[in-house]
Amino acid sequence: MADIVLTHTKAKPQLREATAWDQVKHNRNWLGFWFMLPAMGFLIFFLAYPLGLGIWLSFTDTKIGRVGQFIGSENYEWLWDDAIFWLSVTNTLVYTFVASAIKFAIGLYLALLLNENLPFKAMLRAAVLIPFIVPTVLSALAFWWIFDSQFSIISWSLKHLGIIDYNINFLGDTTWARICVIFANIWRGVPFVAITLLAGLQTVSPSLYEAATLDGASRWQMFRHITYPLLTPIIAVVMTFSVLFTFTDFQLIWAMTRGGPVNATHLMATLSYQRAIIAGQLGEGAAISSAMIPFLLAAIMVSWFGLQRRKWQQGENND
Amino acid sequence: MHDFTRRSLLQGGTALAAAGALTGPALLDFAKAWAQASPWKAESGAKLTVMRWKRFVPAEDDAFNAMVAAFKTATGTEMNVFSESFEDVQPKASVAANTGSGLDLAWGLHTLPQLFPTKVLKMNDVADYLGKKYGGWTEAAQKTCMLGNDWLGIPVATIGGYLTYRKSAVDKAGFKEFPTDFPGFLELCKKLKANNTPAGFALGHATGDANAWLHWILWGHNAYTVDKDDKVIINSPETAKALDYCKQLSDSFIPGVASWNDGSNNKAFLAGELFCTANGISIYVAAKDDPKMKDLADDTYHALWPVGPVGKPTELQLAVPILAFNFTKYPNAAKAFVAFMLEKDNYEKWLTGARGYLTHTLNAYDAAPVWTADPKNQVFSQASKRALPASGIGKVGEKAATAIADFIVVDMFANYCTGAKDAKTAMAEAERQLKRIYR
Repeated sequence: MADIVLTHTKAKPQLREATAWDQVKHNRNWLGFWFMLPAMGFLIFFLAYPLGLGIWLSFTDTKIGRVGQFIGSENYEWLWDDAIFWLSVTNTLVYTFVASAIKFAIGLYLALLLNENLPFKAMLRAAVLIPFIVPTVLSALAFWWIFDSQFSIISWSLKHLGIIDYNINFLGDTTWARICVIFANIWRGVPFVAITLLAGLQTVSPSLYEAATLDGASRWQMFRHITYPLLTPIIAVVMTFSVLFTFTDFQLIWAMTRGGPVNATHLMATLSYQRAIIAGQLGEGAAISSAMIPFLLAAIMVSWFGLQRRKWQQGENND
Repeated sequence: MHDFTRRSLLQGGTALAAAGALTGPALLDFAKAWAQASPWKAESGAKLTVMRWKRFVPAEDDAFNAMVAAFKTATGTEMNVFSESFEDVQPKASVAANTGSGLDLAWGLHTLPQLFPTKVLKMNDVADYLGKKYGGWTEAAQKTCMLGNDWLGIPVATIGGYLTYRKSAVDKAGFKEFPTDFPGFLELCKKLKANNTPAGFALGHATGDANAWLHWILWGHNAYTVDKDDKVIINSPETAKALDYCKQLSDSFIPGVASWNDGSNNKAFLAGELFCTANGISIYVAAKDDPKMKDLADDTYHALWPVGPVGKPTELQLAVPILAFNFTKYPNAAKAFVAFMLEKDNYEKWLTGARGYLTHTLNAYDAAPVWTADPKNQVFSQASKRALPASGIGKVGEKAATAIADFIVVDMFANYCTGAKDAKTAMAEAERQLKRIYR
C-alpha cells in the first residue's frame, strides 16, 4: 500500500493524494480480497450462518413458529441433569466407536483383497459399492423388516432350521437393538472406507514391493513397512469422515427404531430431532446438536494430529 | 401444492362418480341454495388457501374435494387446497401464524388452535350456528377448541382408535363379551397368551398407538400428568398403580412390543399373529378390502376401551380441528366454508367416505349412515364422546401437545414395563421432564 502512495507523491506531486478508494481499487492485496469475496460469502452464508444460528438458538427458549428469549445456558444446565441426554451421548459414542472400528477393519481388508488380481475385478469393485448407492432410508427400511420382531427373515430361517423355537426380539431388546443398528451402519459404511482405501492402495508404487521382495520381506513386513505408512494420510482422511458421518447418523436410527426401545438407540442427532422438531422445543434441540460440536472437533483433532504426523498436507517430504 | 385445476377436478369427479352420488348436480344445487341462505356471505373475489393433513382413505379426500369444488362454484370463492403429512401441519401453521401470511385456513391435529390464540379468527358464531342446528358439541371437542368463552376453531372430527380383536380368540379365552373393566381386560390378555393367541400394544415410539393406550391406562387409574392448574402431579400413588397394572398387562403381550411403531400392530394383526390390539379402523378396513382376508375380516371386531377404576371412560383420541387465521382477507368466506363442511348434506357423505376413520363431534350425527352401514363401525361413533382432551384434566394447549410428542408418558411406562427402571425412577424422570415443559 505504502509504495503506491509514495510513487504518486514523488513522481507527480501536483496530483491529489491517493484516496482510500484508489487504494482499494488498485492495491493487489485488496484485489485478492475482491476475488475471495464470492467464496467467502458462500461459506458464511451456507456454513457459518447456520452454525452460528444453531448455537444462538441453543441459548434461547425458541419454539417452532415462535421467536424465543435469550435464557443463557439454561438449556445446557437442564441437559446436564437429563438422564436421556446422557444415555444418548453414551449411545452415540458406543455406536461411533464400535461401528467405525469395524468399518475400518472390514474396509481395509476388502481394499487389500480388491487390490489383488482377482477374476472379474471391475465387477467386484462395483458390487462392493452397492450398499453405498442404495438410499439410506431404503436400506434402513429393509433392515427394519429383517429385524422385525414378528416377521424377521432371520428368526424365520432359524425357526425353520429348528435352531430356535421363538422369534428373536431384535429391535425390542436393548442389547439386540444396539447390535442391529450398528450392524446396519457397518453394512452401509464399509464401501466408502473400502473404495477410498483402494484408491489409496493404487497410488503405492509397485517398485517398492519389488524392491522389498528382492530384500526377502514377508507379506506382513511389506504391509507393515510399505503399505501402511503410505496409506496413513488416506486412512486419516477416510476415518475422519467415517467418524463424522457415524457420529451424526440420523436416518438409519429414525427409520429403524426411532430411538427405541426405551431410548436405547437414541443418538444425539435423533434426540435432537425428537425434541426440536417433533416436540417443538427448538432451543433445547439446538443445545443437543451444539453439544455434538466438541465431540466432533475432538475426533477431527485426533485424526489430524495423531494420524497425520507426516507433513504430507504441507507438501513436504515425509520424515 | 394442490391447485384446483380442471384436471384434478376431473380426476376427483371420476373417482366420485365411481364412489356413488357424492357429487353431481345434487351437491351443487344444495351448495347454491346453501350459499343463498347462509349467514356468511363470501366476499366477492375471495380466495382461500387451505392446508389440511394428508388423508388416510382416498374416498375421504374425494368427498372433501367434492365439497370444496361445490363451495367454489356456489360462492365463487377461489379455493387452493393442499395437504401436508401429520408432522408438518403444526410447524407450517405456526410459521403462517408468525408471519401473518400464507394460509387462510388450517385443518390440523390435537389442539392446534390453542397454539396461537391471538392469531385465529373467533368462530363463536359458526360454533353456535352448528351446535344449535345439530344437537350440540361433545365435551372433549368443545374443550379442545375453546379458550374461555371463545371458539378458536371448529372441531371438525375425531380420528378414533379402539380395541380391535379376533372374536374367535376372545371366545376361546372364555369371554362371551369383550371385558369392560380393567381386571377383566387383564384376565383376557392373560388367557389370550395362554392360548397362544396373544394381545399386543405398542411400547415403542409410536406416536398414535402408544400414546393412546398408555394415556388410557394412566387416566383410567385417575392419574394425570398435570392437574387442572397445570401443576405436575405425575409422581403419585395412582401412577404407581397404573404402572403396575400396565406391567402385568405387558407381560402377557406378544414379544417385541417395545420396538413397535404405529404400523407394527397392523402388520402383525393382518398376518394373523396378533389377536387383540388398539388401533384406528384401518386394520379392519384393510382386511375388508382384501378378498383374500375375508375370514380374518369376518372374525375381526371392535370394542370400546374398558373403563378403569376411575369409573368413567378415559380415552385419548386424536382431535382434528380447523382454524381460520385472523389475518385472512376473507373472514366471511372462511367461516362460510367451515360451516358448509359440517352441514348434514356434506358431512354425512364425508363420514361415509372416511369409512369410520373420522368420527363426528356434533351429537346429531350419531345417526349418520356410516355407523350403521357396517355394524362393526358402530364402536367408532363414540370416539368424540368418550375422549378426554389430549391434556387430560389439565389446560388444553401447546404444553400438553409437547409432552405427548416427546413421549414422556410412553417412556415412563416403557421404562417400567421392560424392567429398565423401577417405578420410582421412571416416575421421577417423567416428573422432571414435565416440570420443564410446564415451567
